[in-house]
Amino acid sequence: MPPITLAALKPYIMMVLIVGIGPLGVGYLVLLERKLMADMQARLGPMRVGPQGLLQPIADAVKLLLKEDVIPGMVDKWVFWLAPCVTVTTALAAFAVVPFSSDFVITDVNIGVLAILALSSVGVLGIILGGWAANSHYPLLGSLRATAQMVSYEVVMGFAVVAVLLMAGSLSMVEIVKAQAESHRWFLFGAFPFGLIAFFMYYVAAMAETNRSPFDLPEAESELVAGFMTEYSGFRWALYFLAEYCNIIVVCSLAVTLFLGGWLRPFPSVTWLGWLDYAAPVGSFLLAGGLSLYLVKRQPRAFDQIVLAAVGLALLAVAGLFAWPAFNALFRGVFWFMAKIMVLVYSFMWVRFTFPRYRYDQLMRLGWRVMIPLGIVNVIAIGIVLVLKG
Amino acid sequence: MADDLKHTTGEATFLDANEIVLNMGPQHPATHGVLRVILKLDGEKIIGTECVIGYLHRGVEKIGENRTYVQFNPYVDRLDYVASVSNGLGYCEAVEKLLSVTAPPRAQTVRVILTELNRIASHLIWLGTHALDIGAMTPLFYTFNQREDILKIYENYCGARLTTHAFRIGGLQYDLYQGFEQQVKKFCDEMPAKVDEYEQLLTTNRIWVARTQGVGVLTAEDAIEFGVTGPMLRAAGVKWDIRKAIPYENYADFEFDIPTGKNGDTYDRYLVRMEEMRQARRIIQQAVDRIPDGPIMAKVPKVVKPPAGEVYHSIEAPKGELGYFIVSDGGLQPYRLRIRPPSFVNLQALDRMVRGSLVADVVAVIGTIDIVLGEVDR
Repeated sequence: MPPITLAALKPYIMMVLIVGIGPLGVGYLVLLERKLMADMQARLGPMRVGPQGLLQPIADAVKLLLKEDVIPGMVDKWVFWLAPCVTVTTALAAFAVVPFSSDFVITDVNIGVLAILALSSVGVLGIILGGWAANSHYPLLGSLRATAQMVSYEVVMGFAVVAVLLMAGSLSMVEIVKAQAESHRWFLFGAFPFGLIAFFMYYVAAMAETNRSPFDLPEAESELVAGFMTEYSGFRWALYFLAEYCNIIVVCSLAVTLFLGGWLRPFPSVTWLGWLDYAAPVGSFLLAGGLSLYLVKRQPRAFDQIVLAAVGLALLAVAGLFAWPAFNALFRGVFWFMAKIMVLVYSFMWVRFTFPRYRYDQLMRLGWRVMIPLGIVNVIAIGIVLVLKG
Repeated sequence: MADDLKHTTGEATFLDANEIVLNMGPQHPATHGVLRVILKLDGEKIIGTECVIGYLHRGVEKIGENRTYVQFNPYVDRLDYVASVSNGLGYCEAVEKLLSVTAPPRAQTVRVILTELNRIASHLIWLGTHALDIGAMTPLFYTFNQREDILKIYENYCGARLTTHAFRIGGLQYDLYQGFEQQVKKFCDEMPAKVDEYEQLLTTNRIWVARTQGVGVLTAEDAIEFGVTGPMLRAAGVKWDIRKAIPYENYADFEFDIPTGKNGDTYDRYLVRMEEMRQARRIIQQAVDRIPDGPIMAKVPKVVKPPAGEVYHSIEAPKGELGYFIVSDGGLQPYRLRIRPPSFVNLQALDRMVRGSLVADVVAVIGTIDIVLGEVDR
């Protein structure tokens, strides 16, 4: 038996952290989305629970947990029970190979990218089963759409990923990032401009994979009520929701790893930009902390003032930690990784609030007639470029 | 059609997925209230529809027979509740015709301004909900914000925002408040930039164009056969607007164009309505500059008791031809009161417009018909 050291325990600690903090993070991602949506739609968003609505996710979670567990009479009980579990398990399991930084990765298997793609394929199964088991028309149509959409766009995503694999020469997530560090450029700009095309394809496919607008057909609210989730409520519904947002983080982290240099700071090989490693995290946390403290005065209730002041001080403390070289060296990778994910997530949300929804047949046409041929051509082009460069 | 549906529901099991019958509504996010559409589907393709209405039926026409002419006036606001001012205008004018009175010029001009504002408000709601149905969620909030300015004008004028009861038989009850002109002018000045913004979000948006062009086509012949009126008819290329064809109030004094489309599809209807908002602004701007002085009420007897006879009067409501047919037996109450609501007539074309298209198109077409169930069910 190997000795129990901190290094040996690290993967387990990270697992516990991801499963424990993940749902909370998802809750705050939802809050972020609602706040951003409100901002773009000239309104305030959640403001009641806690300061500036900061405790809304907790209130939502408690509500969903305490709700009555409704299983409609006509459903296939076992499958109905199993389906959300399948989806949420695969979504969380995908984090196993996500490298938050060179030090923070649960396991670096040499087929990490394949593992994520495989897990997301299994995740679709949960949606199909859920729609089927509900024994109702709207969920059935929703899961039919989900199946067709995800199967088609997985191919697109596959081609985009292959483009990166050609450049990196590895399927390991950590190795891919290291390859970007060695080649002194993100794969976004690799084999210019074909890396950009691959990223664009990945971006569109990722939106389709995670059922985000304008590709949110499986749960198109105005058409299919809630699609495959129509018959679900309470905690089971929350599991689907959790899985959906986990998947968003997973596809974004895959995008960051493959195209945007993972945990590397922008321009990793330009040494005189090294101050960014300190300035960016300290600056952003200072800004967030300062904003929280500034808003303390405006809170109507004493409780809110205390909470917001605590949040502000905590953020300032984190800013202070990042100024400490030892801490910074350990966590700067995580910071950059998360910052890049946030940029992508923000763009996902922005797209959602801006565009109308595609129709089912148009989506399929876009996938099979435009994206997949483009993907094939792109892979061949990258191959030629790489051969010519030697 | 009904027989077809019965056959399928009776014989087919759920797993026989060749044809399914999908019940859309009355509780559904995109049926604009309580419309129920029974869809017969082959996969996602629609092979038949049947509209079930009446979930909001209140017997308004019968109520009309049991109220005096004056008492019934507020009820018409509850028909098309997003265009209550237009409803009131149609009713008041119909009774005025029966009584052979005309509203004084000042009242007429104020009526035109308020009614055209109402057209803009109604089209704003249509735009927001239509875009929301097609998946663009943001325009809804912008349009509601802008509509708020119109509602504030109503609130200042008569105290109510939605069911305004703004007009009386023979003219107006209230004269204009201080600052009415400025408020209306301010709205008109701010409007073009906002409408341009909506157009920027949608008109050239590839997804929007893909979702609306060629969807729910209604040819001019079909439209006329179904009795479809309003923007839907004009989008099919028929230049028919009652404000021009049979002018009422003092619409003949104002310059405005009738926008028409070519293809009669959802996209053309969208463009026609957007242009109608701009034309309504044109009318308002002309009218607000020359509100004549004078009385606001014609000489109408305290007890409205029209002579025996019948009258049909129609106006161009935001959604199409809104007609009132009133039969008077010389008594205090109408003998028969029939309302021709545009939404009810336009809704008939739904089946023709969606047959052969996909489920998503039903939602787009219901949005583009611009129904208000209060008016369909009455």
